[in-house]
Amino acid sequence: MENAFGQPQTLIVLGGTSDIARGLTKKLAAARTHTVVLAGRSQSLLDEASQEATTYGAATVDTVVFDANDVTDAGRVVSECFDKVDDTVDLVVVAIGLMGDQFEKEDDATLAGEVATVNFSWPVAALAETRRRLVAQGSGRILVISSVAAVRVRRSLYLYGGAKAGLDRLCQGMADSLEGTGVRLQLVRPGVVRTRMAEGLPKVPFTTDVDEAVENILKGLANGDPVIWSPPILRYVFMILRHVPRSLWRKVMDR
Amino acid sequence: MTRTALSGWGRTSTSYADVLSPNNESEIALTFATSRDVIARGLGRSYGDAALSSGGVVLSNRELSGIGPIGADGVVTVGAGVSLDELLAQSIPRGWFVPVTTGTRQVTMGGAVAADVHGKNHHVDGSIARHVLSLRLVTPSGPVTVSPEIDAELFWATFGAMGLTGVLTSVTLRLTAIETNQVLVDTDRLANLDAVMSAMALGDRDYRYSVAWVDCMSRGKHMGRAILTRGAHATKDDLDASSLSSPKDAKLFVPFDAPSGLLNPLTVRAFNELWFRSAPRHEEREPQSLSTFFHPLDGVRDWNRLYGRRGFLQYQFCVPDRSSETVVAAVDLLSSSKVASFLAVLKRFGPANEGPLSFPLEGWTLALDIPVGPSKLPDILDRLDELVIEAGGRVYLAKDSRLSPEKFAAMYPRRSEFLAVKERIDPEHQMSSDLARRLDLVGK
Repeated sequence: MENAFGQPQTLIVLGGTSDIARGLTKKLAAARTHTVVLAGRSQSLLDEASQEATTYGAATVDTVVFDANDVTDAGRVVSECFDKVDDTVDLVVVAIGLMGDQFEKEDDATLAGEVATVNFSWPVAALAETRRRLVAQGSGRILVISSVAAVRVRRSLYLYGGAKAGLDRLCQGMADSLEGTGVRLQLVRPGVVRTRMAEGLPKVPFTTDVDEAVENILKGLANGDPVIWSPPILRYVFMILRHVPRSLWRKVMDR
Repeated sequence: MTRTALSGWGRTSTSYADVLSPNNESEIALTFATSRDVIARGLGRSYGDAALSSGGVVLSNRELSGIGPIGADGVVTVGAGVSLDELLAQSIPRGWFVPVTTGTRQVTMGGAVAADVHGKNHHVDGSIARHVLSLRLVTPSGPVTVSPEIDAELFWATFGAMGLTGVLTSVTLRLTAIETNQVLVDTDRLANLDAVMSAMALGDRDYRYSVAWVDCMSRGKHMGRAILTRGAHATKDDLDASSLSSPKDAKLFVPFDAPSGLLNPLTVRAFNELWFRSAPRHEEREPQSLSTFFHPLDGVRDWNRLYGRRGFLQYQFCVPDRSSETVVAAVDLLSSSKVASFLAVLKRFGPANEGPLSFPLEGWTLALDIPVGPSKLPDILDRLDELVIEAGGRVYLAKDSRLSPEKFAAMYPRRSEFLAVKERIDPEHQMSSDLARRLDLVGK
């Protein structure tokens, strides 16, 4: 059961090998999280991440391997994670993302479709099963890692940004659907974070490192913000950027 | 069925459960026949998650009412849902006071037993358990009456177990005779923590009631400055005119949630300063009404809303006499980390009782209210836990909302003894609460 500070005791991470997910898992394990289930694409990376969680204090760490291209498998993956926790599930983090090089993918039906599947369709399927299980349980939180790229989609990242935008909007509706169930959904909108996924992105203002992003997420978990921005100032930056005329937006964001 | 939103008095989290209000034992038994994760709830004055059961069933005890006749020896049987306020309204005019009272009258007898509450007289009279003759409770295995003679194991396991041994339906206890509704109070203003602790260690045995309010925000040579109030029930001879009228309801209330930042280090420091200066340096035998002396919190209804939407928590620990320096270390840690804390309450405890989860042990107890907010707070309290464990002390479950299961086990070494009793009366592990799940007290 999570405590008054929103520190969970049990944790499921879908996309548990991403840099942000690993940073968050470490911090949570160091606080109160004793049971962790990490789901990801590569068993060797999962083993590395679970070793890390154990080092930071988790008593039980389990892993589940999945392929985020296979939407029909998402329900099975989530079920398996819940069964492995075998206790009240306090927090489910959805940290699945695929970026890659937009220009290689934008005219390729298969690769473009893959970006949409991994960033949108698979998480939506996984969220459906997560929602069902947590509502039945009557408590718990869902933390979905979206992106500032979802707030206003830009030319050079429209596949990733567009898919995240779909997920971001869908989650706002899902969060409202959870009112009165005891379950909460919180969105995280990080700016550019210095991670493996973001390698090769152009330098932009308000870039953070992983630790800083994790600190912002932990604060959001503690105070229950429905949308967690990292760094927090991006909330205000995007209030303006959202309304910049398109011609200017293209010039500024896609130099 | 739509679930109802509930929270503890500290309002740090909202929990949703099916809420039922049974008015007899068979209705409770019926709940056990069909439900899991069942916990009883009284007036919701426990600060954390003791009376919450997310996704489960919360049984309000308020329909379990009824106050029996008060015997010539002060013995009375009351429904578990009867509040101290309701009981006192009946008993004070007849010359009886509750043997132990919390800082508010708005707790039920069931809740008082479940938390094994203590008052300003613990160093003389012990906790509520010492005054209870028998309990009636519905366990998942059926209704039982327990006492120090009948199933003493279950009787004692119930005190401090925060409702995890079953749903209490009635309590038989012995009241304390009083002649007037006044208390004669001696007040002393003391410059620092050392001064107040030595005054209490030396002088408390001469007073039935004793408590000190400590300022945890002043630093340096005034660290832990305090106001010590001690007293005893006034007899008829003590007063020119005496009466036995019962306490009045609060006239003041907080109509809405205050902004979360209202109680910050600056405003709290100002409040503490004002409050400290307004107390007399030394005053003897000042008559105070029972409610002024015992129930200062009842002056303002819904005062917990002052802490805003984020809520607050209370940290209360006790340590044995040999570790009295831990009290100093704790106040030092809090004042140096500049966590906003209203006046803390310092008290001496008498000997512990036989309850495996009963909180008090002989020595000192300190309780402080802290608004949730500063991101360093969780770590500061984790460090306090360690100090308390090293000292051989523990924290109070009625106040707790953030302890870890490992530290709980270190603080309550008789945990397994309690779990063995629970296993016997609740083999299917149907009694549970958010606190029980957090502290691993459901049973496996």
